Amino acid sequence: MKFLHLVLANLGRHKRRTILTTASVALALFLFASLRTVVTTLDAAARFGSVRRLVSTNATGIVFPLPLSYANKLRGVPGVEAVSWANWFGGRYGDNKRFFAQFAVDPESYLEMYPEISLPEDQKQAFLRERSSAIIGRRLVEVFGWRLGQDVTIQGTIFPGDWTFTIRGIYTPTDAVINDDMLLFRHDYLEERLGRPGISGWYVIRIDDANHAAQIARTIDIQFRNSTAATKTGTEQAFNASFATMWGNVSLLMGTIGLAVVFAILLVTANAMMMSSRERTREVAVLKTIGFSDRTVFGLVMLEAAAIALTGALLGLGGAKYLYKATNFNGGGFLPGFDVTTDTLLLGATVALLLMLASGLVPAVRAARLPVVQALRRVE
Amino acid sequence: MALVEIREVDKTFQRGSERIEVFIGLTLDIAEGSFTALMGPSGSGKSTLLNLVAGLDRPTRGSVRVAGAEVSAMRPNQLAPWRARHIGFVFQQLNLLPVLTAYQNVELPLLLTRLSRKERDERIRLALGVVGLEDRMSHYPRQLSGGQEQRVAIARAIVADPTLVLLDEPTGQLDAKSSADVLQLLSRLNDEFKKTVIIVTHDAHAAEAARTVLHLDKGRLIERQGAAV
Repeated sequence: MKFLHLVLANLGRHKRRTILTTASVALALFLFASLRTVVTTLDAAARFGSVRRLVSTNATGIVFPLPLSYANKLRGVPGVEAVSWANWFGGRYGDNKRFFAQFAVDPESYLEMYPEISLPEDQKQAFLRERSSAIIGRRLVEVFGWRLGQDVTIQGTIFPGDWTFTIRGIYTPTDAVINDDMLLFRHDYLEERLGRPGISGWYVIRIDDANHAAQIARTIDIQFRNSTAATKTGTEQAFNASFATMWGNVSLLMGTIGLAVVFAILLVTANAMMMSSRERTREVAVLKTIGFSDRTVFGLVMLEAAAIALTGALLGLGGAKYLYKATNFNGGGFLPGFDVTTDTLLLGATVALLLMLASGLVPAVRAARLPVVQALRRVE
Repeated sequence: MALVEIREVDKTFQRGSERIEVFIGLTLDIAEGSFTALMGPSGSGKSTLLNLVAGLDRPTRGSVRVAGAEVSAMRPNQLAPWRARHIGFVFQQLNLLPVLTAYQNVELPLLLTRLSRKERDERIRLALGVVGLEDRMSHYPRQLSGGQEQRVAIARAIVADPTLVLLDEPTGQLDAKSSADVLQLLSRLNDEFKKTVIIVTHDAHAAEAARTVLHLDKGRLIERQGAAV
């Protein structure tokens, strides 16, 4: 602590350079945390899903529907406890600047299937009673200012026309990876408007025992193998993971960009530290003449690097954590539960530590090894 | 009694392919409590001798003993604490760290001690008082004149109460008035505070302030004026 004022004084020598170096470290760590959080959020979404829930889609592809008549047949499969279904709606609201997902769901079975969608009982009953009603995530209230009882008109794209829903419920997800900006409306309303084609996008099936998942999935797929719409059944986790893989190898891409950014900033910081050290050759010689040991001089230079790296880490990592939390960021609905995890913060702190070592080590060793007489002669 | 004992010291430098012999078999003593001026033409080895005494450089051969310690045999990790305890050093210029105030510059040697903040404060104020700069404590080097900078450097050199105060051309960059002030201060340190002072100088006035003058030429002691050991 005795040397703190010396470290601070040296950092204040070129205030602009110190501020810019610290800012570049902060920016690098902010980007690192952001990119890694994209990866962890996608991973979490891919991992989301009850081990006791299966999803059955059309074997040809998810965009092809399944007959609604499969619901009863699925209920009859041994080990199946409950069945629900849903349809992607893909509508637009207003100027379509703010995307959000809309799903047509079988209300009673869907809410029972997903206890993670928390809804007050009176609102749930209203949703179950009224065919043209919808429930929305709380974020849509913040984004559009919608309120209970309000009529909202969505323009259909897959199912053309204006679709007006009355908001009867505002749900809160109890699991962060459940999107809080969805609009769920009743599947029977969709059926009615379309002239009862009897289709659903996919089925969600709750089974009695997670250990039977593979066997039950196989039984379902065998059952519909020779029908007009064969099924492809898997665990909910696998279903969600398949969406994540649609992004390509995002983890590798994000990781590579993150590392490239950190490496670039490392060079900037190391260069700044080297410049700062070179400018002070004479002063280091003076300190050694006074009696400062090589170790103390080494420590002083490393402390400067540490001050820059740690301040940058606090600003960058703390900023990322606070900013995304405060703004409730979810990547326009594509990254629900976007939150910088403790693991990411710890990893970021480790990166900052490595940054400190890598940028401070060379100038610190150079300063520590500097022969006094040689340094004085070089300056004079 | 000799505080500094230099025995059969050779010092050579290699500059490219050229071998430069600064000293060959130099032997001399400097008494405790003396005020010695080292004089001689450029390249005579004055500053090199000062560096050897301060343990900043090593002789090629021979021994340098200061206050009974064999400085020339010390390892680098022993030299730093030894210098902190025994040596106060003043350069011709650029002695002070520009980012620190006069007070903070003088405090530097005390940061290496176990003194409390209060004790350090007392010593700093005393040292700055001795050099007559109590009212410039919070000034940065850029806010001081050349003479004041050198006096702050002297305050820093004496603040830890070293055995030996070494000055390399301390008046070389100063005007006559500032130079006289610094020399008067050095005499006072020697007379009043009994500090052993060794000064390297070209300046005849500076040499006059000293009790002993050693003339060096081509690495040899050619003349000693004043008090013997």
